[in-house]
Amino acid sequence: MLIPEVRQKWANPINTVTIGATSEEGGTRTCTVTVGGSTTLPFLHFEGKIPHRPVIAMEVLDIIPKDWSALLGEHFSDVWDDPGKWAKKCVDEFGADLVCLRLAGCDPDGEDKGPDEAAAAVKSVLEAVGVPLIVWGCGNNDKDNEVLPQCSEISAGERCLFGSITEDNYKTLVALCKADGHKLIAESPVDINIAKQVNVLATDLGLDPKDIVIYPTSGSLGYGVEYVYSIMERGRIAGLGGDTMWAMPILCDIGKEVWKVKEAVSDEIAEWGDQSQRGPLWEATTAYVYLLAGADTLIMRHPKAVSEVKKYLEKLIESK
Amino acid sequence: MIFIGERINGGFKDVVKAVKEKDSGIIKKWAIRQTQAGADYIDVNIGAVSNKVEDYIWMIETVQETVSTPISIDTNKLEFLKEALKLCQKTPLINSTTAHDEKLDQLVPLAVEHEVGLIGVCMDEKGSPQDVNRRVELAAKIFTHAVEKGLPPERLFLDPVIMPLKFLQPQATNVLEAISQFRLLSDPPPHIVVGLSNISSQTIELKLINRTFLVMAIEAGLDAAICDVTDTELVSAAITAELIKGEHIYSDSFLKAYQAAKKPGVSD
Repeated sequence: MLIPEVRQKWANPINTVTIGATSEEGGTRTCTVTVGGSTTLPFLHFEGKIPHRPVIAMEVLDIIPKDWSALLGEHFSDVWDDPGKWAKKCVDEFGADLVCLRLAGCDPDGEDKGPDEAAAAVKSVLEAVGVPLIVWGCGNNDKDNEVLPQCSEISAGERCLFGSITEDNYKTLVALCKADGHKLIAESPVDINIAKQVNVLATDLGLDPKDIVIYPTSGSLGYGVEYVYSIMERGRIAGLGGDTMWAMPILCDIGKEVWKVKEAVSDEIAEWGDQSQRGPLWEATTAYVYLLAGADTLIMRHPKAVSEVKKYLEKLIESK
Repeated sequence: MIFIGERINGGFKDVVKAVKEKDSGIIKKWAIRQTQAGADYIDVNIGAVSNKVEDYIWMIETVQETVSTPISIDTNKLEFLKEALKLCQKTPLINSTTAHDEKLDQLVPLAVEHEVGLIGVCMDEKGSPQDVNRRVELAAKIFTHAVEKGLPPERLFLDPVIMPLKFLQPQATNVLEAISQFRLLSDPPPHIVVGLSNISSQTIELKLINRTFLVMAIEAGLDAAICDVTDTELVSAAITAELIKGEHIYSDSFLKAYQAAKKPGVSD
């Protein structure tokens, strides 16, 4: 029986984004990380090329986390008073490809740390590890616009990935990115149209589309993962089909979302089984789903989830 | 939407002057303007100005000096076409063959050999088609001939032959119906193209008629047009029609997004 040709020829490869700069390139990283570049849908090796494997960043805060699960504390409570030490543990012991420093301490409703302290945290992580760095603000627009310029300046030339620009707040970060040579995370609230619009607005201001990574606001398994999957899939298809405003690599912020849901953190429901397995499993499974949807970069927390996802990736990335 | 810029045509006085006096400035100006407006191809037609092949070569070389936009080789002289095929730096479009056997025998092999696109106009020795069925018959003839000789549907552009609304008003709906039937020829279908300005020939509301017809044709299945690509309202209407059909992802700045995807190939 003649099987019809189902392979498609896509018009446009997804952009590649390189995070990190070595000394030859003006930074101090010992390695760089490049994501994107696919000429086909996720892992369809028979249809196209997947030149860069998805990567995993592990999350570090600039303060001791207030409400992290004991399952995470088990691995990090010995270092989480020091972002540099914490980052080093993530890389040396748990094999993180990048470190994501989240400036939770700058939250005006929390410790309300200022630009100097934020920049110092960035510097200490840069000095502690050789892998590339993601720097994510606290999520309050005004505060981030106040704090991130110094963080950008202190890491100028390191080609960090800064988070994040949104439809309503993008001008400051776009200017910083252009001035200091960083890449940007473009965030949208689970909305394929806004995701596109953010990229149009930023590129209209002069940002190179190749400096952008898309963050669609990736919820945890059980909390809308299917809808985000459908957005990523439709967006990736559009990008491959020639829509340059959706032809960017995608980032999923897994750890932050998973470790606030009861399925990962609660040990109150006996039928749910052993929480020490369940938590990392919930995080790993969320990651698998997003990898299949097209995620190029994952931000994760639990070392066991990271190691399981790495094993899974080894198999996915093999082209037979 | 594939936009083929119509302006470099010997039917325009300034182009006539440019060719006669070898004034490259005029040709370059239209090449750049159409490219910046988003043209996917620049149509080059010498009209009745000259029958010297060197003059046609001069037009194409002048265009290619300023833009890297592919060329639509618009001529019925085989010698002009052959010379142009040698010159074109980006994959051109042959504009055009008809459904006459002699033309098909001449032009389809050229398109196959050079791996270029071919516009097939639904006319033959019996003249212009007067109804839907005749258009579909001629389209099927061109399609079958092309595919059998090795031209893939994605390089074939079928033209249902627009006629002026002013003189042949009923033909407008015939063309629209024919377009939707052309789409049934294959899956995926060949491209469907029109010489848009013919619809508004000698009318007063030229742009309005062009624009409205284009939107209706896109709904019927048109995906290419030889038109005034510098008419921004025309281009915006086409992009919006495609958006409504779900061919692009919506964003508030969807017009900007569409234009951003086309990097104007303007050199120096």
